[in-house]
Amino acid sequence: MIVAEAKPLAEIAELLGEVRKILVVGCGGCVTVCLAGGEKEVGIMAAALRMMYKKKGKELETIEVTLTRQCDPEYVQMLEKYITEDVDCILSLACGVGVQFLAERYNKWVIPALNTKFAGGTIEHGVWEERCGLCGECILHKTGGICPIIRCSKSILNGPCGGSQNGRCEVNKDIPCAWQLIYDRLKALNKLELLLEIQPPKDWSKARDGGPRKVVREDVRIE
Amino acid sequence: MSWKAGSKLEKLLSQGHFVVTGEVGPPKHASPDGILHHAELLKDYVDAINLTDNQTAIVRMSSIAAGVHVLRAGCEPIIQMTVRDRNRIALQSDLLGAYSLGIRNVLCLSGDHQSFGNHPTAKNVHDIDSIQLIRIVKDLRDEKRFACGEEIKEHEPRFFIGAAANPFADPFEFRVLRLEKKINAGADFIQTQCIFDMERFERFMAMVRERGLHKKAYILAGVTPLKSARAARYMQQSVAGMIVPEEIVNRMEKAKDPKAEGVAICVEQIKHLRTIEGVAGVHIMAIMWEDIIPTIVKEAGLYPRPQVE
Repeated sequence: MIVAEAKPLAEIAELLGEVRKILVVGCGGCVTVCLAGGEKEVGIMAAALRMMYKKKGKELETIEVTLTRQCDPEYVQMLEKYITEDVDCILSLACGVGVQFLAERYNKWVIPALNTKFAGGTIEHGVWEERCGLCGECILHKTGGICPIIRCSKSILNGPCGGSQNGRCEVNKDIPCAWQLIYDRLKALNKLELLLEIQPPKDWSKARDGGPRKVVREDVRIE
Repeated sequence: MSWKAGSKLEKLLSQGHFVVTGEVGPPKHASPDGILHHAELLKDYVDAINLTDNQTAIVRMSSIAAGVHVLRAGCEPIIQMTVRDRNRIALQSDLLGAYSLGIRNVLCLSGDHQSFGNHPTAKNVHDIDSIQLIRIVKDLRDEKRFACGEEIKEHEPRFFIGAAANPFADPFEFRVLRLEKKINAGADFIQTQCIFDMERFERFMAMVRERGLHKKAYILAGVTPLKSARAARYMQQSVAGMIVPEEIVNRMEKAKDPKAEGVAICVEQIKHLRTIEGVAGVHIMAIMWEDIIPTIVKEAGLYPRPQVE
């Protein structure tokens, strides 16, 4: 899933500035799962903002809506009925994709309430970790199911570098060295010979380096 | 004899001389005076000088420009080149430029992560890794091809290619195999991380000899003279990929004259390294203490330096 994290409330209030009525819009997708922008977080954030404005002697009206997904026009259009003249702006609690889908659809100022962090998963309740670099050409079959593109701090394809010590990355002792993990896993699977091959430079044109990307599936397109 | 690059370093190594290289960190300003001073000071005591490439990710004069200053002072440069700040386009462009300026040796590195340096908010590049850079430099020379496969019609850059090895990083048993990957990719010479744990380095070299790697590339053992007990303790505790045995830190702590003790330890290490089969030379990394290199070289019995035949 896409993992996101709320911006500090004071920062959001500053981004909102002099507003009287806002739409606070949650998303029922990834950000609900990672506890950043679901219905519950929308309620908490709206209440906190109202209190903050009240303390400053200002009135703030919030309308709270949580869409099934903000990255899907079918659900984004359901916001239509709330987009009235007096709404000063939309505060989106979705990932960066959702924020943009709202901005593309409605002629209102849209403010992101979250920082979109990474593609990852839940390690334990309240802990999420990055797992995929979205590089566009998966090589996990070569590395024992551990991604060096995103989990190695230097995205090395022929690791580990000289900074790997006691299984930890040189950048920070809290970061496991991805190449130590790869080494251990390939050793356990009796596939260490995979590490002896020189991996050639990666084709980054399949990643964001090739420009913004698009996937088209002709077989499922309608018309 | 046809040379790969024809650098002085290549010639001395192939003639069987025990080579001495030193390291100079380019300045955090735009004057060449310091580099020229160090090159003058070192030129009779080392066979070549490494110029670091923004080491620890701190902005400094480029290793290529610094290498040109070293050349002007009559000394042989080895430019370090990391893949942290440049993609394959910029790296190859700089290789062409460096060669055109007379540089003949290049050491290919990953580079310290930018989080250690003075621009921790920078974006890192890592388009390619150090092993891929080695292969690219080799292909420029031997295949006369750019990384994309396009032919270099004339004047291909012909570098003597260096790589780093760290026997003190983990997993230890994979370190020799990774060195072999670097040699297979095209490394002609190797410079190791600073050696303090001699026992571990001996085990590393035994594995190197077992695989015959010392016959495929010249291995220069890295040494660093310690300036103080505090520096020793810092390296032991805070520098990633380094092992400093307690015994060495103790020696520095007990010494009445820590600098002299640091030099004595370094000289002992060099004398010991010379006896290890497969060690083709030493690389002296006197960090912020380049002026001590002549003393070390003399005391280690490595002065005067040989001339190219």
